[in-house]
Amino acid sequence: MSWFTRKQPSLTPDSEEGERKVKTEGLWLKCEGCGQVIWRKGLEENLWLCEKCGYHFKVDAVTRLKQLFDDGDFTEHDAALVSTDPLGFADSKPYGRRLTENRASTGLPDAVICATGRILGRPVEACAMELKFVGGSMGAVVGEKITRAIERAIVARSPVVIVSASGGARMQEGAISLMQMAKVSSALMRLDEAKLPYISILTDPTTGGVTASYAMLGDLNIAEPGALIGFAGPRVIEQAIRQKLPAGFQRSEFLLQHGFLDAVVKRPDLRQYLAQSFDFFCGKYA
Amino acid sequence: MSTSPTLPAATSFDAWARVQLARHPKRPHALDYIQKLIPGFQEIHGDRCFGDDAAIICGFGLLRERPVMVIGQQKGRDTKQKLVRNFGMPKPEGYRKAMRAMALAEKFGRPVVALLDTPGAYPGLDAEERGQAEAIAYNLREMARLRVPVVSVVIGEGGSGGALALGVANRVYMLENAVYSVISPESCAAIIWRDAKNAERAAAALRITAPDLKALGLIDGIVPEPGEGAHEEPDAATFHLSAVLDKVLGELAAMSADELVRDRYEKFRRMGNFFQE
Ligand SMILES: [Zn+2]
Repeated sequence: MSWFTRKQPSLTPDSEEGERKVKTEGLWLKCEGCGQVIWRKGLEENLWLCEKCGYHFKVDAVTRLKQLFDDGDFTEHDAALVSTDPLGFADSKPYGRRLTENRASTGLPDAVICATGRILGRPVEACAMELKFVGGSMGAVVGEKITRAIERAIVARSPVVIVSASGGARMQEGAISLMQMAKVSSALMRLDEAKLPYISILTDPTTGGVTASYAMLGDLNIAEPGALIGFAGPRVIEQAIRQKLPAGFQRSEFLLQHGFLDAVVKRPDLRQYLAQSFDFFCGKYA
Repeated sequence: MSTSPTLPAATSFDAWARVQLARHPKRPHALDYIQKLIPGFQEIHGDRCFGDDAAIICGFGLLRERPVMVIGQQKGRDTKQKLVRNFGMPKPEGYRKAMRAMALAEKFGRPVVALLDTPGAYPGLDAEERGQAEAIAYNLREMARLRVPVVSVVIGEGGSGGALALGVANRVYMLENAVYSVISPESCAAIIWRDAKNAERAAAALRITAPDLKALGLIDGIVPEPGEGAHEEPDAATFHLSAVLDKVLGELAAMSADELVRDRYEKFRRMGNFFQE
């Protein structure tokens, strides 16, 4: 596949430690899977997969959409939507300032990008969440943008893909965030009634109110290898049951085994998987 | 698009006092209301898949002559009952039982009344293994599709997604001293200030009281409580709840199935329009 070797735009690794490394060491990154030090450019050309152990580095929302769509081309929607900080929330810093800082550091208006593009020729509405924007949390903007994407798909009669990467509902918007779970799930009810396919791609990590709403509501729910997926986070569970969690608990392979995923799909195979599924669901056959 | 709403001035004392009332050891629980609202209440059990979750009660009967399916999140009163009810924290089988009961109500054209009272969905190993997130998500989407009237009332703690999984209703009410929140004040404080002792501050910041949610347009109305709270006069609290349910079910009974589904969709579609373009 030509897209496999196509050069990807740069991505910022997810941990603060990683960011510092990029600045100081620049061209080299350490694999969290096998510990090997990898040449950054090589990683970019390999869709941010470790060649040695297959570890999936996290990718940002823009990179994700470029990887998914034909020729990396897409048209973004609702990019101007920003939160009004309805509660006037302040924790260690005012929420308004937190938003401004996150916009500056990610270059994004909020924690999701919604776009129209093509996957192996077929028009698709896709949403990709940005973990770096307030932990990929869902507030009113994320809820509204994804709802609009679903509504656009219903009008255009096209399939929907949502790539989740999120810590859940956004605390700083209180119960408004909570209600976005119901809003997006209701929109998915309409998509379902319209008999249009929705494939949910869960990536590392997807937890809380995002898992407990649209991320688990795909006609197919698939995940990248090794992704943390759950309702409660591992630390919360460990506190509740007062014991350590077994290795691999809440990882993609665990969910597959327990019947909550249709497949664990490696990043280089995602486009083919989506295209083949959409062909089955809504392709024309004699 | 609307800008910031005018919220009632909330002091941390006010929000925290209501959290205490919502969790008051003598506060009426779902069954206390159900037994008074519905004489001869007939409970139904099990999710037909794994088990019967005692943290959620389902059943039916007549509420002021009107047949209703009732779903209630149930906390225990004494230590033994608390354990049996898992402190009101449902597991996936509880949500699936509730959905089965709601589907049953829909099949026979009966309205659904849900009483919400949970600290949250159970965050445990077994609940995760059996798909807590999937169970909640499924209820959100399937409740949106129900072709019968659905009324939800937060009677105590509306704990995040664990409560919302029974909350996609045509009308959502809160008892005067109930709270409804995306995260518990303790967990919020632990995240922000690395200290659960700041729960009081967090409760105020999160805007979790009934007047707050009403001002934000997230609930339809507030059910008054007697005296210092529902626990002081449970009969009077039940009477207020009964009156509101009777009125609302009467209004919804006049709507067609299509109208009910559209009404519920549009209600949540508008919810939380706090953004600018
Ligand atoms: Zn590696």
